[in-house]
This record gives sequence, C-alpha cells and structure tokens, in this order.
Amino acid sequence: MLSFGKLDLKERALAHLVTPEIEQLVASIPKPVGSFGYDPWGYNEDRFKVALGFCKLLYEKYFRVTAHGLDNIPAQGRVLIIGNHSGQLPMDGVMVGVAAATNPHGPRLARAMIERFFPTVPWLGNYLNALGGVIGDPVNCAKMLEMEEAIIVFPEGVRGSGKLYKHRYQLQRFGNGFMHLAMNNKAPIVPVGIVGCEETMPAIANLKPLARLLGIPYAPVVPSLLPLPARVYLNFGKPMHFSSCANEAEVTERVEEVKAELRALIEKGLQERTSIY
Amino acid sequence: MATANKKTVLVTGAAGSLAKRVIARLHGRYNVIAVDFRRKVETDAGIPSYLVELHKRGFEDIFADHKVDAVIHIGRMFAHERDRTQRYNANVLGTKRLLDLSRKYGVRQVIIHSTYYVYGASPYNPALLDEEAPLKASEVTQDLVDSVEVESLANVYLWKHPDLNITILRPCNVLGPGVRNTMSILLARPLVPVLVGFSPMMQFLHVEDMAEAMILAFEGNKPGIYNVAPEDYCPYQQAVTECGCRKLPIPSIPPMLPRTISGALNWNAFFPPYLINYFKYPVILEGKLFRETFGWKPKRNLNDIFSYYRKQKLAAKAAR
Repeated sequence: MLSFGKLDLKERALAHLVTPEIEQLVASIPKPVGSFGYDPWGYNEDRFKVALGFCKLLYEKYFRVTAHGLDNIPAQGRVLIIGNHSGQLPMDGVMVGVAAATNPHGPRLARAMIERFFPTVPWLGNYLNALGGVIGDPVNCAKMLEMEEAIIVFPEGVRGSGKLYKHRYQLQRFGNGFMHLAMNNKAPIVPVGIVGCEETMPAIANLKPLARLLGIPYAPVVPSLLPLPARVYLNFGKPMHFSSCANEAEVTERVEEVKAELRALIEKGLQERTSIY
Repeated sequence: MATANKKTVLVTGAAGSLAKRVIARLHGRYNVIAVDFRRKVETDAGIPSYLVELHKRGFEDIFADHKVDAVIHIGRMFAHERDRTQRYNANVLGTKRLLDLSRKYGVRQVIIHSTYYVYGASPYNPALLDEEAPLKASEVTQDLVDSVEVESLANVYLWKHPDLNITILRPCNVLGPGVRNTMSILLARPLVPVLVGFSPMMQFLHVEDMAEAMILAFEGNKPGIYNVAPEDYCPYQQAVTECGCRKLPIPSIPPMLPRTISGALNWNAFFPPYLINYFKYPVILEGKLFRETFGWKPKRNLNDIFSYYRKQKLAAKAAR
C-alpha cells in the first residue's frame, strides 16, 4: 500500500517534466528506433523525454539561455555542430542539446560525445547512452552521419573543458578529426559560440596528481561543486561546407577557418551579454 | 539414396537446433550428410548420419565414401561441454582438418558458422561493428581463443585457397526452440544474473532466420566474411524481463567480483566467467553487408523471439 503513494509521487514528478510540449517535440524529432524504442547506441526515447524535461527547466530557468541562429541547424540530414568547450562539467553540451531538441525550426536529437571512461561506470554509462551520448570514436561518428544524425563535437576536448578561468574564451588546440569526418561524410559544419559556461564553474587551479590518482581527466579547484547560474548565450553560425582535400596541412587550414568563425561567434555573445549571473 | 545429379552437402553439428533446421531446408534438393561429435543424429530417410570427431581418424572416411561438394560447418563445442584443451582440439584442430580434407577431396564451397563473440566486449567498442573491426576477444580471456583462431584459420584458407569458396558468418545472439547456446540456456532459466548498473545493447536473431541466412549464403556462394544481425536492438536487462525471467542482481564492482561469483557457483553453462564482459559492454554488429549481398531480412521480430521463452515459463508454471 505504501508503495502506491511513492509511485504516485514519481508519476506526478514525471508528468511535471514530460509535458505535452516535450512529448510533441520528441515525437517530431526525425530519429528511427527499433521495436523497443532503442537505437544501436542505446538511445531511448522515453528516458530522453524525462531528461529533456528536466534540462529544459535548467535551460530556461537556471541558465536563462539566449540562443540565436537556430535556423542554421538543418531540420534533417547529417550535421556536425562544433562548439567551444568550457566549464569543467559538460553543461555547454547539454545546453546545445536542449537548444537543438527544442528548436522551433525543427527539433533535432543532437548527439554528444562522452568520455571514454563513462561506459565503465555503473548506471551512468547506460544512462548517458539512453540520452543519445556515445563514446567519441570516429567509427561511431561516421555511422551516425551515415544515418543522417546531428552530432555535437567539441574539438578541444578536455583541453577546453578543463582549462582554468584565467584562460576563459581562449580556444585551445583543436583536433583535426572533426574536419576529416565532415569531409569524408560530406556533412556540413554548424559552428556554435558558447558564452557563459566558463562562468558556471570557474577553476583557479587543476590538481593534476589528484586527477591521475583518480583516473579522471582533471581535478579543478572550484568555488562550488554545482554549476553556478551564469546566463548562457548560444550563437549558431551559418553551415560551413568543406569538400575533401589531399593533405593534412590543408585540413589544418580548414580547421583554422572554423576556429575563426567560432571566435567571431563567441565575441558576438560576449558583446550582447550585459550581466554574467 | 544419394542421387548423382544433386550436390552433396556435409553439415557438421547436426545434433544442434540450427543444423537441424538447415538440414530440413536442404533435404530433397541436395544429398545431405549429417555429422556430429555428440551423438549419431536421427535423420530422415536418405540422410546418412555419422558420429565422429572432426579431428579424429574417422572423419576422412566420410570424404572418401561420398563425393562432398559443399560443407556447412556449424558444429562447435561449447565451453560447458568439455574442458579447454578438448574444446581447442575439437574447434580449432577440427576446423583445420575439415578445411584440409575439403581441399584434398575437391570440395567447392565451405560455410563457417562463427560468432559475434570474436569481436570482444569492451567499453570502447563503437556500435555497428563492421566486418573489418579487429577481433579482440582473445585479449580478454583464453576461453575465447578458439573462436578467434577458428576465424583466423578460415581467413588464411579463404585467401590462400579461393577454390574452397569460404564464407564466414558471424551471427549475433541466436535464440529459439531447441537452441542450446549460452544465451538461450540463460534466458530459459527463471532466475537470471544481471550486473548491477550495466545493461548493454544486444541483437537477437531467431534460429529459423539464421537457418535461412545460412541457406542463402550457401546458395548465393559469395565468399567472404559477413555479420548476420537484424536492425533492431534491445538492452540485456530488458530482454531478461521480456523473456519472463526474474533478475538476480550481481555486484559489478570490482570487475573481478562477478567473475568470482560465476566461477564459485559454477555458472559455466549460462553465465560463464569468460563471457561476463558481454553482459556489461555492447557488441553491436553492422549487418548491412550480409543483408544487401544476399537479400536477407529476418522474418521474426524481437517480440516473436522473446515470447517463446515467456510462454515456456508460463507452461512450466501451469504444469506445476
């Protein structure tokens, strides 16, 4: 009998998160799934709905996100969304994901690349998979682009998310992998300049020995273990198309083009920001 | 009786449920020879049946007595059937013998039934593994060395002796009535171990669809390596529930613990220590190459597959 009360509470909480609006958004995302609602990577519609409901609240109420240029994300077809990474925890990825999933110009499931150690963590690995996250393996990305999916990539990786506050809004070294993916799979690149996430978790120092000991990418010294409620500005740029090229030097040039575009988009976000928190 | 104008097909592992279905499909159109190491199989009239181990003397006599045109090599010794050395001999040396005899007696086609286990279960596996993905199973455990070696052996012969027309099939989990592989034995049980916090994606195929795939591969004769898997996916723990099993949660950390538990409780037949990682990390196959090359599409969906195990349990309950 007692469990009835609990069940009721859970259902009420779920009803609060999975609003008819969320139901409708997820239903209109062009994403084929198998007979039990799963895709090959473990994405699951039902769990995505709940998470989207929760993250949409974060998006609107906590980080009070302002997004521009959402119409640059194609309503269907393969695309790589390339952003600047920051803020220790991947809140930037979550916000871009919510922006894509709630896009009034056509909602998309934008898949995030997760760290390689996540699948070894109980529950967390499966859970992130259910929300659309996959490990950042080039094979995974190529297969997903082949299936006309949208992928979020932070080419800076942990170099970007783990950097200290004094280096905020400075792009770290970009890997060339995303450019190869875009060229080999003829996928457009939509750059997104993210402003605000640097301030959600400003790190004063990085305790490298501790990180090594724990087997994690970095161990920042931060004022708060929870992300601070900084306002977030997302500026999506026009899709960039790249045809294939022969040598790696040319690839690097193209990566620089994307970086230049990102710098401009970040600058735009910084200009429009009137208050950090 | 063997008729001269029909091709002769030798099927190994004839006592198994997959081979039985393959034989039933071949019967009448081909002269079939049934071979198994476990027991002499009862067959329909006109199908000679032999009890023989592939790496032993008697196997060659079959090739000497019959003009074998094609071999469908399904028979495999499972980990719970004999010890490691015997299994290695039967599977690896047996397959080598089979390939050597096929060359010696001018067999024109060999189909080899492999397994998705060869890819190995690892947290770093991308999904939709192509046939070119590295075979990492032996990295993890010696108990899968024989599976990987059978494959590499078949690969060597595939390139060295193109006249053998070798086709290697790597199916995902094959389930269905009569199937006695690890996954089928597991899901037929009422109480099934699951690793706490891990529910990897899996693919399942009905044994009838797999039999159909083998026939298509045999009649299409396009040598090469193919994954055989549907475009549908289900997490392990949901499959367990769908099959009407109750879950027995096993602590998953530290990683040695589930292996130790499995070893101590002698769960070799259905949750063996060396397969623990397959219940933890996904091995999802890209089956496009096979589907497109042979025009194959599974006829039974996941619910058809799971409902057999569900009904089996309901029937057992009603009988009690």
